[in-house]
Amino acid sequence: MNEHVKFVFSDDFLTYHFHENHPFNQKRVLLTKQLLEAAGLLDESDIIPPRKATDEELSLFHDLDYIEAVKRAGKGKLSKEEGIVYGLGSEDTPMFPDMHEASSYLVGGTLTAVDAVLTGEASHALNLGGGLHHGFERQAAGFCIYNDGAVAIKYIRKKYDLRVLYVDTDAHHGDGVQWAFYDDPNVCTFSIHETGRYLFPGTGDIRERGVKEGHGYSFNLPIDAYTQDESFLRLYETAMREIVEYFKPDVILTQNGADAHTFDPLTHLCVTMKIYEQIPLIAHELAHEYCDGKWIATGGGGYDIWRVVPRAWAQIWSVMKQNKIMEGDLPQSWLDEWQKESPVPLPTTWHDGEEAFPDIPRKNEIEEKNDKLLETMLKFIHMSKSG
Amino acid sequence: MLVEQIMNRDVITLPPTASIEEALHLLKKHKIRHIPIVDEEKRVIGIVSDRDVRDASPSTILKEADRAVLKHEIHSIMSQPVVTVHPLDFVEEIARIFYEKEFAAVPVVQNEELVGIVTEKHMLKTFIQLTGTHVKSSQIEVKVPHRPGVLPHVATIISDHNVNIVSVLIYPYQDDPLYKVLVFRIETMNPTPIVRSIREAGYQLLWPNNIMEPRL
Repeated sequence: MNEHVKFVFSDDFLTYHFHENHPFNQKRVLLTKQLLEAAGLLDESDIIPPRKATDEELSLFHDLDYIEAVKRAGKGKLSKEEGIVYGLGSEDTPMFPDMHEASSYLVGGTLTAVDAVLTGEASHALNLGGGLHHGFERQAAGFCIYNDGAVAIKYIRKKYDLRVLYVDTDAHHGDGVQWAFYDDPNVCTFSIHETGRYLFPGTGDIRERGVKEGHGYSFNLPIDAYTQDESFLRLYETAMREIVEYFKPDVILTQNGADAHTFDPLTHLCVTMKIYEQIPLIAHELAHEYCDGKWIATGGGGYDIWRVVPRAWAQIWSVMKQNKIMEGDLPQSWLDEWQKESPVPLPTTWHDGEEAFPDIPRKNEIEEKNDKLLETMLKFIHMSKSG
Repeated sequence: MLVEQIMNRDVITLPPTASIEEALHLLKKHKIRHIPIVDEEKRVIGIVSDRDVRDASPSTILKEADRAVLKHEIHSIMSQPVVTVHPLDFVEEIARIFYEKEFAAVPVVQNEELVGIVTEKHMLKTFIQLTGTHVKSSQIEVKVPHRPGVLPHVATIISDHNVNIVSVLIYPYQDDPLYKVLVFRIETMNPTPIVRSIREAGYQLLWPNNIMEPRL
């Protein structure tokens, strides 16, 4: 089965670059694209270039004075003092040349994907340049300047008036998007992430459930550090099916951070490629069952850009394109091309080897605790249904 | 921190002659759990909790229950004498009252007049603020020898990385008086360079811990 699908890409994505030593590196998007090309899954006809989001589009979510500050920062005209209140110039979100333009392409990429799907040109679309879920109305945070997910959902609400389910499987809480729609009953957010007790940003507690009319439309599963595949998938799949059934969205937007992997240097979850195969398969199935296929996917976090991100993100496209995951060996041409640049040995197969499955001393307790979380969330969903 | 900084100044009160029924109504209406009973000079002469009122109320199961008890005056069931605190008392000190006496609320009295109330909820809110999860941040825990200069040393490592500290707590390290645990919440999504520098300075990290070393 070949579906009509679109892959948003241009080299403009690579201009979102803080500095050499910053963990957020958009080369991951290029690595993924080339992996897909080498695997014969992606060609020119699948690719659409991102447009640059206009100020008007950005201001669907962001404050105009913040946008102005980002513009000035990119021209070297924002002082360190002025930057502080906007989160610009911090270690996480340093200023860099033309940062407004670079950030606008990431947002525009997600808007391009949205339009491709909602005008009927494609059933699914993928923008791996997006997924910058920590951006706030008037503050940069957690490597994110503009929040493409939040802007895109505002855009969908305004232009297409559809009910949106936002699903965030990044290891960090999808705080920026959650707070943007915390009181909105037409946008349901669901984030599964490592507990914020230790990990940035700290929010995403199971009791964060929305306010006012939006109460009952925010869902969080803050799972324990060192959670592995089986427990992650049990929680994720059960919750996802229940939430979709409860909310009955018109369109699904997924944020596909790939930083929950055992190898990721910034988080403490211990999952493998297994979840990055299942996450898109579940999204794909449910999008067809409930949304006439309408599914837009973005990238997100992911800081092992060599061993983890390209394989994980390539699977999203594989599922969109052919409703199945890739298996077996990685294309030799891709390995030959990139091994010399990679500081670590590249994996040679789509699946993970043994080193991705460490023994976790308190595995049983962690799983029991996670199961309790799921139970609590299901109780909320059932209460909302009967209420 | 002082009681006056966290207390609620809009206190719902009743005179001693009010009925139990009125108390029941106020508890429900304002979603509160305690009502100080005050005389005409606003002096606190007693306190009733939702539990006192519930215990005194007729069971809803018994249809023939004697509803008359609800007409009884509130002073018949109020607790007295009442433990009160002063606006200038330290929050850290009154926490002991909650813990030791198992109260869930204490009236705040100044010049013998009721001026506020502090509940367990206010205390917990303060505690949540102290532990800092309300600001976007990551947590690190460092085991350090208990001697002068260690806290500024570790704090300097963090500031050398140009990262804000959101909160600091110092805990005992198990039962070992020679060590302490420093808990920092720091305003960054990427604590790895800081973690590395703290390790290089010879300190042991309790989080991120050693079960699985982060691959730096």
